[in-house]
Amino acid sequence: MSIKKSLLLATAVLAIGLSAGQAKTLRYANQGELRSLDPYTVNETTTNAHLGHVYEGLTSRGKDLAIGPGLAERWETSADGLKWRFFLRKGVKFHNGEDFTADDVLFSADRVRAQGSNFTTRVPRDAKFVKVDDHTVDVVLTSPNPILNSQWDTWYIMSKKWAEANNTAAPTPAAATTPSHASLNANGTGPFKIESHQPGVRTVFKANTAWWQKPEHNLTEIIFTPIASNATRVAALLSGEVDVIEPVPIQDIERVKASGNAEALTGPELRTIFLGFDQIRDELLESNVKGKNPFKDKRVRQAFYQAIDIEAIKTRVMRGLATPSALMIAPELVPWPKDFVRPKFDPDGAKKLLAEAGYPNGFEVGMDCPNDRYVNDGQICQAAVGMLARIGVKVNLNAQPKGNYFAKVLKSGNYNTSFYLLGWTPGTFDSHNVLYDIQGCRDNPNSSRGESNLGGYCNKEVDALTDKILVETDTAKRNDMIKQAFTITTNDYSYIPLHQQALAWGVSKSVKLTQRADNSVLLYWATKN
Amino acid sequence: MTAFILRRLLQSLGVLIAVALIAFLMFRFVGDPVNQMVGIDTPQAEVARLRQELGLNDPILVQIARFIANAARFEFGISYQFRLPVTQLLAERAPATLELALVSAIFSLAVGIPMGVYTALRRDSALAKAFQAVSLIGVSLPTFLIGILLIYLFAVTLGWLPSFGRGQVVRLGSGWSTGLLTVSGLKALILPSITLGLFQMTLIMRLVRAEMLEVLRTDYIKFARARGLKTRAIHFGHALKNTLVPVITIAGLQLGSIIAFAIITETVFQWPGMGLLFLKAVQSVDIPIMAAYLMMIGFLFVVINLVVDLLYALVDPRLRATIGSA
Repeated sequence: MSIKKSLLLATAVLAIGLSAGQAKTLRYANQGELRSLDPYTVNETTTNAHLGHVYEGLTSRGKDLAIGPGLAERWETSADGLKWRFFLRKGVKFHNGEDFTADDVLFSADRVRAQGSNFTTRVPRDAKFVKVDDHTVDVVLTSPNPILNSQWDTWYIMSKKWAEANNTAAPTPAAATTPSHASLNANGTGPFKIESHQPGVRTVFKANTAWWQKPEHNLTEIIFTPIASNATRVAALLSGEVDVIEPVPIQDIERVKASGNAEALTGPELRTIFLGFDQIRDELLESNVKGKNPFKDKRVRQAFYQAIDIEAIKTRVMRGLATPSALMIAPELVPWPKDFVRPKFDPDGAKKLLAEAGYPNGFEVGMDCPNDRYVNDGQICQAAVGMLARIGVKVNLNAQPKGNYFAKVLKSGNYNTSFYLLGWTPGTFDSHNVLYDIQGCRDNPNSSRGESNLGGYCNKEVDALTDKILVETDTAKRNDMIKQAFTITTNDYSYIPLHQQALAWGVSKSVKLTQRADNSVLLYWATKN
Repeated sequence: MTAFILRRLLQSLGVLIAVALIAFLMFRFVGDPVNQMVGIDTPQAEVARLRQELGLNDPILVQIARFIANAARFEFGISYQFRLPVTQLLAERAPATLELALVSAIFSLAVGIPMGVYTALRRDSALAKAFQAVSLIGVSLPTFLIGILLIYLFAVTLGWLPSFGRGQVVRLGSGWSTGLLTVSGLKALILPSITLGLFQMTLIMRLVRAEMLEVLRTDYIKFARARGLKTRAIHFGHALKNTLVPVITIAGLQLGSIIAFAIITETVFQWPGMGLLFLKAVQSVDIPIMAAYLMMIGFLFVVINLVVDLLYALVDPRLRATIGSA
């Protein structure tokens, strides 16, 4: 054998050895689909997580959800809190090779606030973006905003040149008549590139070898397939056809654990599931009490709260996979969760409260509940109906698919509900969102305050505190005010917080993965043997 | 003949308009599409604008008229969820559904007819009784259960076949993707096509059996026997041929329902076809997809009925005169 030949052979063997050692494909199945690659089309956790492999924001969120640097290396705030200066990372390239500069940030700031974007709240409408130099951007505000960049990890930066060259400088509008380039193609700065994308069928991500950061993952490729059917998704994991699934249905968790080739990662999710009351109408829409609204009486709300046996819901309905909660925000997101405790389960006390309020024989009320939105949502409501029956309240349950449910109970349906179940995760991971959106008064029709406060709970004291919380930049003071506000709403029995449902991911034993509490499946932290 | 076809096509237009009307009335009860298109903390002003843009605030009659006018030009609009033209989405998904339907139709005919003939000829044999028992299972078990059982047996326990998807597909030209040319594609077809075809198979088997028994009792079969023809020639040349007329009707109509009702099988196996697309569209209130799919299925049934009528003429010479003169 000549030297040349043996050299060739050696190189070939080496190449085969290398590619066998390096080619790592992770196959991932989620119950939901990846519909559009345009990062401003729909603001929803799963989609944001998918696109977070391709696109990046100015900030990032770590495994513990702490805000860290992203495309911006660092930032500083002026003393009056009205000017934020962001120092952009140098040497970052988009997947098509273009350099990332301040122009792209300015462009993305316009695009994300344009008509058709579902992320308009990411950036205040009146914030001005000023380019200082190619790698410095000033954001000028009209009022201080300590949580300005709290959601910027999912405000993904797009390339100006690429978007303009492909005629996709505006977000894909809902009523578009031609498909937009950005909904089928992506050009980000992130750890993975889109190799192919068939909407709703299959998306292939390839590792971006030119990424500015040293990758934590060891993958060369991610193949994402939606699998809508629970049984099939679990079967695909157990048979080893996929490596990661989300979610594992509660009833299958034990089977996944027992299978030997996969395990179930579980943990409390940030979403809080709660019950709400219509306390704004003078007469309930669905009740036999006429001429007055029993839920306006705090004692009735307290009675309902005390009648709910949360432990029974946890053990029977949720099979242990829920964390009962006394707060309307996930305990992970506030520094003093232990200071709030649920009132004791006490049906007799609840009956007395009802009698004091003038309903010794209870009353009848309609309840709205989705049955395909949250984990076991329909069953939770059925359990609540049974528990309330014990204090003499007859609840007429209307459990319905989410399409119908949200059409009925949200503002667009004129808040057409008397008693309902809902889940809420503050998009900003901050209490202000909860206090403003679901605890704020609805009395000003021109304000977006309280738009998701379906029952119209209103306490002006809370509103005043909420406004202060928005602009307070001193963290300790701010946390105190938040605690004050939650103390008021808790004492008002504004809602009945139930629990945080559990996250449940199925992961093959050959894969190591970090589970983040906001249920974002981020595979750039995954390693595969 | 031409007049017959033309009249049938005209009738089909009426059917399609009826489908559009009924579909639109149904859409009023499936919920609000806009809430499914945006995150829950979207400002309501934006939601209201979206609803306006999509024309959802127009009176229902205006919406129907607009839809029919567009449908006449094969414009079915843009999917709310995907922001892609519905025709493009359906065309992308059609090969998956059609291949699955074709394979399961072939399966149900290729297995159902011989089983039917066998159970008719050897009524009392043990195998015939076994076939009958299997057919009972096929008729009585719901599709999704059969699918899940097959997945657990062949994918999870034995690990022979994939539990979901189409496997490796090959693009033929620009429009068609096929799973018939790769090993993984063929393997992926086995479980879904059995699941989808099982009900049709038992139906065809029972139909062939009943018809065959009927025909075997007729006079001309007795005469054929008396004449001393070979049993083989009597059974397959004379009896089977005459049992096939109703079988063609049923098989034809069933092909329509195989395509239309592949929804459940496609969902169980995450088969990326039109049925799965439709089911997801129902869940997320994607009206353009739902409307286009229902129209397409309506059209499909009309065409299949027409083809079946024309096939009669081929099989049964007596019908040629009626169709020809019509």
